[in-house]
Parts: sequence; C-alpha cells; structure tokens
Amino acid sequence: MRVIMGKGLLAANAGKARDNRLYLAQRNITAINLISSPGAGKTTLLEGTLTRLGGRLKTAVIEGDLYTALDAERLEDKAASVVQINTEGVCHLNAAMVERAMQGLEAVQTVDLLVIENVGNLVCPAGFDLGEDFKVVLLSVAEGSDKPAKYRESFAAAQAVVITKVDLLPYTDFDLPGVLQTIREINPDLPVMVTSVRTGEGMEAWCEFLGQAVAAKKAGRA
Amino acid sequence: MHEVSLIAELVNILEQSAREHGIVQVKKVRLVVGESYQALPEALATAFEVLTTDTLAAGAELEIGQVKVLFRCQECEREYGGSEWPVPCPACGSFRRTLVSGNELYLDYYEGETEADLSCE
Repeated sequence: MRVIMGKGLLAANAGKARDNRLYLAQRNITAINLISSPGAGKTTLLEGTLTRLGGRLKTAVIEGDLYTALDAERLEDKAASVVQINTEGVCHLNAAMVERAMQGLEAVQTVDLLVIENVGNLVCPAGFDLGEDFKVVLLSVAEGSDKPAKYRESFAAAQAVVITKVDLLPYTDFDLPGVLQTIREINPDLPVMVTSVRTGEGMEAWCEFLGQAVAAKKAGRA
Repeated sequence: MHEVSLIAELVNILEQSAREHGIVQVKKVRLVVGESYQALPEALATAFEVLTTDTLAAGAELEIGQVKVLFRCQECEREYGGSEWPVPCPACGSFRRTLVSGNELYLDYYEGETEADLSCE
C-alpha cells in the first residue's frame, strides 16, 4: 500500500514559529535571530550592544549553545532577563526550544527587544524559523573573506549583516570591499554594518538599526 | 548536521501516518529535498538508518529526490539554474532574483504493509 503524503518536514516547526510570532506580536516585541559561525563574536557584540542600549531599549536574551551556561552568565547583569538553552548536541535552535525559553523569561512581557543567539553554526540555523522578525548574520574579520560565498544560504536568509572585529583588519588579509560586493550579489538590499566592539566603531549605527526596527514594529501596531 | 533533525521529523510524521493507516511495516520512503537545504544524501541515509531502528520503518528503503536550484530574474523574468550561485542573470546581469525551486523539503510518499497484507503472504 502506498500512502501519498506531500507533507513538509518543517511543518511542525513552522507551526510553532507561527505561535511564537503571534505571542511576540501581541506583546509588541521585536525579536531577532543572531546567526554566525562559532567565535564570530555574537556574545561580545551583545555585551557591547546591551551596554549601549541600556537606557534606550529594554532587552531580553535567549542564549543557544550546545552545552554550558557560560554565555548567559556573561550577559546576566546587562539584560532585563536572560535564559540559556542547551541543545545538547543539536546544531541549531528550533521554534519549540524558543517557545519553552520564552516561558522561562520573567521579563519577556515587558521588553522591547528579544535577542535570540543561535548555536554557533553558519549552515543549519538558516533553515529553521524561530518566529523572529528577522535574522542577522555575523561575520568576523578573522574568519576570512570567502565565508559569504561558502555559506550563502545564511546570507540569503538574513535581513542584516554585521561584520565584527574590524579592529583586526590591519593584521589580516580580509578583503572588506570584496566581501561587501559578494554580500550584495547574494542579497542586493541587505544592510551591512561594519563594527568593532573593542573600538566602538560602527556600534552606534548597529544600535540605531535595532532602535529603528523596534520603532517600526511598534508603529505598525499603533 | 541538521540532517539528523530533518530525519527525526520525517520519522515522527511516518509513525503517525502509518498508525492512522494501520500500516505495521514501512518498506519504502520517498523524500524530496531541494538543493538549497544543503542536506547531504549520505548523511540523510545514515540518519534514517539510525533513527528508524526499533520503529516500524526499520530496514525501509529511503529514496531521495533532489531538486535543483532555479531562479527567476526579477528584472527580466528569465529563469536560470543556480548550482554555482550567486551568479547574475545570464540575460540582463541583475542579481535580483526569486528562488523558484530548490527549497522543497517534504515526504513525497511511503509504501508499507498492513497486518492484513502480512497475513496474506
């Protein structure tokens, strides 16, 4: 007996993501999904961002890692609420994990911005909708110029790119103009912010970008 | 690596559907995967073998249909393949394009035997 299905493998995740999106919309919360390879500086960028956003936006963070709560500990006193997800080997977050994590965030009812820091991996997270408003991909100067071409699915799925650690540019062969060109070829309208948490370069533009995203979502509801 | 998550979901869907149809043993499964998912057929097959152990799909054959990436140019409507993308539109050179196919990911069909099928043999 043959059973014709045509059922999508991500249908269950898409349903959960819809639930999360509705939950966030009802509370007027902007959610971003931060994606990068391990060590690109997601948590460091967040440290710098939360310090700067302090007076402007109230923020909660969901930290995704394979193991440990090290990242959540780093951010604990900088955000209104932080919760750690340990995927224990799973290489990406999914919508069900985020749903459970949101239930663990006391302050989630009242924040403006929810940052979901995905597991360090530039391949798998791109395919899994968490219910976020948009994905942001980080690329660090230390990783090399070939990453957008190699991991184009992540860059194609993103609504913004943050280049990190640009204070290291003089010490590397990173071809910044070439990388910006490749990103434009993958996704012509993608905003790209060039930053260094260490020197503060580009951080104001990035925070401004987040502030505008939050304001746009709130305005859309009003 | 995400092949394991995808196959775990496939096995969930299979088990639920098979129960609904009174199927006790799944013989063959056809999965359709677009190339934009960057899922390796070998890894999908290994995950399928491992995750179906002790389920009613244990030992089933997994057939994987791969779908090539195809774009439509947003400027001139030309459709073009994209195995080596990002490539500009061959007609007008624009990088603005819509993904037409290559993002499929679904269980096409499966074949199995019910209790009655097995007792006939």
